[in-house]
Amino acid sequence: MKVLVCIKQVPDMESKFKVNAQNNWFDENDLAYRINEYDEYAIEQAVQLKEQLSDVDVTVLCVGPTRVKEALKKALAMGCDRAVHIEDEESYIKDSSQVASLIADFAKDKSYDIIFTGMQSQDRGSAQVGVIVSELLNIACVSTIADFEYSDGITVKRELEGGLKSIIKVDTPVVLTCQLGLNTPRYPTLPNIMKAKKKELITIDSLELSSIDSLNETLNFYYPQKSGGSLILEGDVPELADKLIAILKEKTSVL
Amino acid sequence: MKILLVGEYRENKLLDVTYDLIGFADKLEADKVMLAVGYEEDIPKFDGKLYLADAKALGEYNPSAHKQLVLDVVEKENPDLIVFIHSSFGWDLAPRVATSLKATQFTEVIDYKDNSFIVPSCNSKLRRDLKSKTSKTVITIQAGAFTPLSEPQGMPSIENISADASSNVNFVAYEEAEAKGLDLTKAEIIVTAGRGVGKKDNIPIIQALADKLGGELGASRPVADNAWVDQSHQVGTTGQTVSPKLYIACGVSGAIQHLAGMKKSEFIVAVNTDKDAPINEVADILVVADVLQFVPALTSKLS
Repeated sequence: MKVLVCIKQVPDMESKFKVNAQNNWFDENDLAYRINEYDEYAIEQAVQLKEQLSDVDVTVLCVGPTRVKEALKKALAMGCDRAVHIEDEESYIKDSSQVASLIADFAKDKSYDIIFTGMQSQDRGSAQVGVIVSELLNIACVSTIADFEYSDGITVKRELEGGLKSIIKVDTPVVLTCQLGLNTPRYPTLPNIMKAKKKELITIDSLELSSIDSLNETLNFYYPQKSGGSLILEGDVPELADKLIAILKEKTSVL
Repeated sequence: MKILLVGEYRENKLLDVTYDLIGFADKLEADKVMLAVGYEEDIPKFDGKLYLADAKALGEYNPSAHKQLVLDVVEKENPDLIVFIHSSFGWDLAPRVATSLKATQFTEVIDYKDNSFIVPSCNSKLRRDLKSKTSKTVITIQAGAFTPLSEPQGMPSIENISADASSNVNFVAYEEAEAKGLDLTKAEIIVTAGRGVGKKDNIPIIQALADKLGGELGASRPVADNAWVDQSHQVGTTGQTVSPKLYIACGVSGAIQHLAGMKKSEFIVAVNTDKDAPINEVADILVVADVLQFVPALTSKLS
């Protein structure tokens, strides 16, 4: 079985973001990058499937600038077999359809049985790329899976609202987009990090793949205005605790 | 401008979020038509046209059939904008429709100003203003961002439509959430642990504050997903919706799904080192401090 995992590298969301000079995204300098959290679940699910069945071959793919090789190396250390870097210095400004077109063009003649990806990225949050890839490849897609089982076919649970899930059976080929909590992503062990160094990591220039023109334009990127409602307490911890207790006694009926 | 709204039903019932679509159309003062796969017995109240496909014939959500229905109505009505709720239904169907129409899609739109759509970025810390370059535009709107100002009323004229119900994904059944061992909705005080508590070993620090206050321990999604705290304590869209007298969010960044579950609390305290975290938008007080230092200090000072 051939499996593709599509991942993105994103900044740590706790970062102090600065808006870039073009006012269309954040300044990439001085940010710590990591694998998009949703995609870690996608990697883990692919690797678990490989452990369950003997004949699973897992390719991990990432679109982005040179820095994303670090994310691919981590995915290899988690257990993927090979990595594909679609090199694109401009990927940060590409829209979901453009990124999906690159992935679909790469995947179209490779007959992957399952394509796993996160249900969205933490920075852009479009929740579109996986679904568009399935549409471009004309294969099935189940988004937001919170459970995956392979035995004699695929059974997934889709997370809906209010704790409700729908149980869905689907045949390959299929795109599955992963929700948080799907599994417990592993930490790469040192021996596996060493082993990963010998695994294949190929780079393809995005210009070699067919894509489309952008369908939209970012006019502005900015911090929202603060609602101004909250009182901010700063300073020495014991003093802060005293202040908070005083306020709670005054403003709430529970202390 | 002409807008096609795609309403939502589940298990024989119209979902209330459907009225957010009408709120959105009213805000834009646009001509609206609606499409829904639903039931004649429970139709949304508005004045205009409703294209209704019979959910009994089509079954529950079926991506290819629902997509075909939307495309059929787009063909008939030629709308400029096709609007979904940002829900498990909307974020699954919208990209399929957009791809077929070669249209751009904007996700989780929270506002519309001067022909541009405003969406959150980076865990809701930042905003992007986006402009479509395609003749049609598909969007999903954030639930709650366009609640109608007035009580819904009116009676749509109905045109029945249908689609081929075959599908490449097979719905088997719904699975309800497990019976909740813990009812947070009745708690007067909730102290919630977020990702910022760092690790499972630190949960007792938060629990101790909850105990001291006579309240319950809550958990954000990552904390429940990582099994630091049992899922039954989870607050938010996939967990419980709460409105205690006091809500203390410890190291919670405040994803929209979490905020939706607690923003109606009477008094909200956020303890966080990150002043830009979205939780601060709903907090009455933001304590800028390390959770692991501040929470034990607070607990010990409460007699």
